[in-house]
Amino acid sequence: MSILVNKDTKVVVQGITGGAGKLHTGHMVEYGTQVVAGVTPGKGGGEVHGVPVFDTVADAVEKTGANCSIVFVPAAFCRDAILEAADSGIELVVAITEGIPTLDVADLMHYLRVRNVRMIGGNCPGIITPGEAKIGIMPGYIHKPGKIGILSRSGTLTYEAVWQVSNAGAGQSTCIGLGGDPIVGTSFVDGLKLFEEDPDTEGVILIGEIGGTAEEEAAQFIKENMSTPVAAFIAGTTAPPGKRMGHAGAIIAGGKGTAPEKIAALREANVEVSESPAHIGDAMMKALAR
Amino acid sequence: MKIHEYQAKALLQRYGVLVPKGGAATSAEEALELAKGMTPPIAVKCQIHAGGRGKGTLDVDYGDGPLHGVLLVKSVEDAGEVAGLMLGHTLVTRQTGPQGKQVGQVLLEQGVGIERELYLGIVLDRGIGRPVMMGCAEGGTSIEEIAVERPEAILKETLAPRGGLESFQARRLAVGLGLTGGQIRSAEKLMVALAKAFIELDCSIAEINPLVVTTDGTVMALDAKMNFDDNALFRHPEVVELRDLSEEHPTEARANEFDLSYVAMDGTIGCMVNGAGLAMATMDIIKFVSGGRAEPANFLDVGGAANSERVTEAMRIILQDPEVQTILVNIFGGIVLCDVIAEGVVSATRELGLTVPLVVRLEGTNVARGREILESSGLNIITADSMEDAARKAVKAAGVEV
Repeated sequence: MSILVNKDTKVVVQGITGGAGKLHTGHMVEYGTQVVAGVTPGKGGGEVHGVPVFDTVADAVEKTGANCSIVFVPAAFCRDAILEAADSGIELVVAITEGIPTLDVADLMHYLRVRNVRMIGGNCPGIITPGEAKIGIMPGYIHKPGKIGILSRSGTLTYEAVWQVSNAGAGQSTCIGLGGDPIVGTSFVDGLKLFEEDPDTEGVILIGEIGGTAEEEAAQFIKENMSTPVAAFIAGTTAPPGKRMGHAGAIIAGGKGTAPEKIAALREANVEVSESPAHIGDAMMKALAR
Repeated sequence: MKIHEYQAKALLQRYGVLVPKGGAATSAEEALELAKGMTPPIAVKCQIHAGGRGKGTLDVDYGDGPLHGVLLVKSVEDAGEVAGLMLGHTLVTRQTGPQGKQVGQVLLEQGVGIERELYLGIVLDRGIGRPVMMGCAEGGTSIEEIAVERPEAILKETLAPRGGLESFQARRLAVGLGLTGGQIRSAEKLMVALAKAFIELDCSIAEINPLVVTTDGTVMALDAKMNFDDNALFRHPEVVELRDLSEEHPTEARANEFDLSYVAMDGTIGCMVNGAGLAMATMDIIKFVSGGRAEPANFLDVGGAANSERVTEAMRIILQDPEVQTILVNIFGGIVLCDVIAEGVVSATRELGLTVPLVVRLEGTNVARGREILESSGLNIITADSMEDAARKAVKAAGVEV
């Protein structure tokens, strides 16, 4: 029915007593996510929205059996917080924080790989399996349980795609915001692999943007390994070269990473690419009908 | 964040990278004083945040043609004169666009005897998630072109995110580039130092083009370019001090102060959107629905913490562009609440006495309350019920029939 997270996923919120941590813990609990613990060093023993707070992730894992962490701690402390999660037996880290230094991510990814820990993000809206678990900051009500998987480098543009799919009468198996940074924990290829293996995902929407070559790598993977239909949209056709478009990773550098290159690569892999961001849902329906 | 060549050289020198003897000047007098301490030939180099200076031209003549952005002169007096001609003038290169950039500083350097020119640079390889040092035996040329035409001509060594470059990797690269004898050790020292600087200062690019082998066999940086990871500037106050605000687009710099992400474009439809991806997609859909006859005036992401003040500031920034004929607000509320945005839009419209048409599309968290606020405001706000509807209405309001 889903990938990576479901109703049995037990979540610990790192940075639960901060503004964003507190607010979204409330929304996640309300959605029905099993939020079992929170961590803020020095605030152990307290409670946020009925969720017990611990001083360390190790403590939280031992007392509650948490296996997934969502990270709201400030960017400067994320490297440490994520390493702490990985070192404490957490299997999936969802890093929401925007602005983590790139070399911090490069450094911690090596450690996570050795430990076999998956990270989603940073600078992402999180992951949701509709009706089961919302581990992120996305508005829950736009999602509907269903069979379309969504992978995206954007936050709000993902909501747009989800909304279009829901309005077309379909629903989503799992939606993952991969994040807008130059290096992220989970790539399109990682997500596509998981969706291809998931018997209940019938189609996948890929939302890319300018910068890097993750979409080209995805196209290669789709061409060689996927039977599940894929639809896509690439943001930034009108973006000028050399300018960072909001996301740290959204930049056309040295003439590489343009939208037309990515669109061509995806079409070459038989992906249904929508030229307009308003027709992402339609493109998915078209790909499914082929 | 970008810095000037002379600043990059000063930083790199601290790490042990050899650079020619030199100094920066902001006036002809200062340049002449610096030149007096050197033995000609002397290189006079415009300091702007763009490449292609050597082939670029200034809006002033020297000899029998326009003055170039980099010139090697034969006397101390010529160095002072050329510096005086460069300063205050506009340099146009392939990277500046036709409007060019004004030269506020020049770098004067002792000329060196060159035996070979090479390329050396470190960039982030996003595919493997690590910085990579690249070397090429052809210096002074465009590395982007070589990467496309003859990728095999570029040698690569991967850096450890904390450890930098190992000495053996540097020697492997040096030998691969055809260096011999004492040049190998000299290059090794420079490469390890460059990698250390890249890691310790959180660079996004560190490039030496050309890297030269001098006639006496030392390996030296003749040019230097360093860009920094904006996300890591908080831990490098010494780098932040090198920021040259005159190099930045004034509106973009102002937006930056308010934590708004803004990029100026050439069109007539001002955009205010939450989220970078949706903001790019909004620009794209304007062009799409108009068949290319209407263009966005800007990229603007109000971010996740948008409130009334930020919305007002965002509108003010959009309106600073005299080309703007319509404003398009496209919000999909997640963390951002639609009612908060609606209140901001209403108060900004009143405060700024808005005269151009305003098209607003709201969806997401608290959308019902948001729409109600817009409707009951009594203001002339054009509401839209989808992204495409909003784009069509904005394009039409800007005078383009669709």
